[in-house]
Amino acid sequence: MSQLKCSDVSLGYEGRTIIKHLNFEVNAGDYLCIVGENGTGKSTLIKTLLGLRQPLEGNIEFGEELKPTEIGYLPQQTMVQRDFPASVWEVVLSGNLNKSGFRPFYSKEEKERAEANMCKLGIEDFKKRCYRDLSGGQQQRVLLARALCATGKMLLLDEPVAGLDPKITVEMYELIQKLNEEGITIIMVSHDMAAACNYADHILHIAHKPLFFGTKEEYLKTETGKAFTELVKMEALGDDEDDR
Amino acid sequence: MIDKLALYFEYPFVKYALLVGVLIALCSSLLGVTLVLKRFSFIGDGLSHVAFGAMAVAAVLNITNQMLIVLPITVVAAVLLLRGSQNAKIKGDASLAMISVGALAIGYLLLNVFSTSTNIAGDVCTTLFGSTSILTLNITDVWLCIGMSVVVLGMFTFFYHKIFAVTFDENFAKATGIKADRYNLMIAIITATVIVLAMKLVGSLLISALIIFPAISAMRVFKSFRLVMIASAVIAVVCALAGMLISILAATPVGATIVAVNIVVFAIFSVISAIVLKL
Ligand SMILES: Nc1ncnc2c1ncn2[C@@H]1O[C@H](COP(=O)(O)OP(=O)(O)O)[C@@H](O)[C@H]1O
Ligand SMILES: [Mg+2]
Repeated sequence: MSQLKCSDVSLGYEGRTIIKHLNFEVNAGDYLCIVGENGTGKSTLIKTLLGLRQPLEGNIEFGEELKPTEIGYLPQQTMVQRDFPASVWEVVLSGNLNKSGFRPFYSKEEKERAEANMCKLGIEDFKKRCYRDLSGGQQQRVLLARALCATGKMLLLDEPVAGLDPKITVEMYELIQKLNEEGITIIMVSHDMAAACNYADHILHIAHKPLFFGTKEEYLKTETGKAFTELVKMEALGDDEDDR
Repeated sequence: MIDKLALYFEYPFVKYALLVGVLIALCSSLLGVTLVLKRFSFIGDGLSHVAFGAMAVAAVLNITNQMLIVLPITVVAAVLLLRGSQNAKIKGDASLAMISVGALAIGYLLLNVFSTSTNIAGDVCTTLFGSTSILTLNITDVWLCIGMSVVVLGMFTFFYHKIFAVTFDENFAKATGIKADRYNLMIAIITATVIVLAMKLVGSLLISALIIFPAISAMRVFKSFRLVMIASAVIAVVCALAGMLISILAATPVGATIVAVNIVVFAIFSVISAIVLKL
């Protein structure tokens, strides 16, 4: 069975439906990119997958080897966090809490895991630094390290590169790709089509009406997909001109 | 001066007052860090007004043990306010302002119309700003405070990492299986309890100062959650002790003096953080 399966899911708030009849499944090791314009319900879908909200209809099943609390989550940044007094170490460690049950302290293994994930993401030097004093890209790495402490199987990333400059954006994408190559399933929200086409192997396009789910190759053949590839080509040309 | 203090310390009620003052300041400051960071500091303020209203009702009904009425009403208000602030439909801050000012007005009205006391203005002033009632604590009050402090300290030791996670990022905490709503509820109930007990010390208008000041002073200088927690507790205890001693020596009102010391500390910490930033 697949790792995650959504059958006929509808999402919404207080009776107002945003997305209807959503069907897709994700297998271990997939890299799914969820694209769509702002306000179409991408974040809502992520929150539903995490169990923070209930779907209005339909159901979400997890494969046997994946518990719903074993998903790593990188939230869309919120304002409250920005001036929070927390050291990088405290933030990364807190990813381990899904394993600790009633234990009031972190075990040695959990601390080692946090260290290892920080090294993997190249933030081991920031351990004692204050989270709020880091740059946007560094903060995203810290949150990614926290997410990795919570999972070794599946990461849900909600607009992981929003607000980052182009160079850091590419670094972030490559980091995520590396994690995917190590076998972690990636579900990433983005409205950056170019990146979606570059890195993902599956695409879920959410819009108010037409929905698409399938492999990248199939997506590029559809009308919306074609329109987007045109857009991407134009952007690429534009970028070249900027470079000169 | 030392003689004067030594003389005061002969009286058990002075010792009780110091002990209770320190414990209440300690509990408020620990709660304060989470409340300030979750942008819930206004809840402390609102609850203290509700507690005032409840106190007025108890006074009018001539109930000897006012705690029996004030505590349940305030706890219920805390739970409702927390619900309100989480419900996107209702504007949390407006409904809160309504409840808190409403409770204040009704409380004062009740006291004025029904009170049999000859010194209403004095009674009201006492409830709002605290008073010498800190010196009329009996042994039950003292044990109540000790019990509550044990609960609060136990909670912060046992659930420290979970409280951090829920405060830092509630959605992530929930996604990893932490029952964030339960922690919020627990914090709201304990806040209500601390506020009701603290009214004796500083009165209902000044209690939110005990909650907010140590936390924001600590946050000026310290950059990790653990250090902010510890610093906030230390600041609160030192300020409470200093405030109470000054008020004994200079015969100033206890609550206002403690808050004044807190303001001074906040100013000092602000200067320190400004200097550190420049370096
Ligand atoms: N808490 C909420 N209550 C009611 N409506 C909401 C809430 N959060 C989001 N919405 C609405 O749901 C829609 C989808 O939002 P969201 O999932 O954040 O979109 P996206 O992440 O794709 O930009 C938007 O129209 C938004 O206004
Ligand atoms: Mg979004």
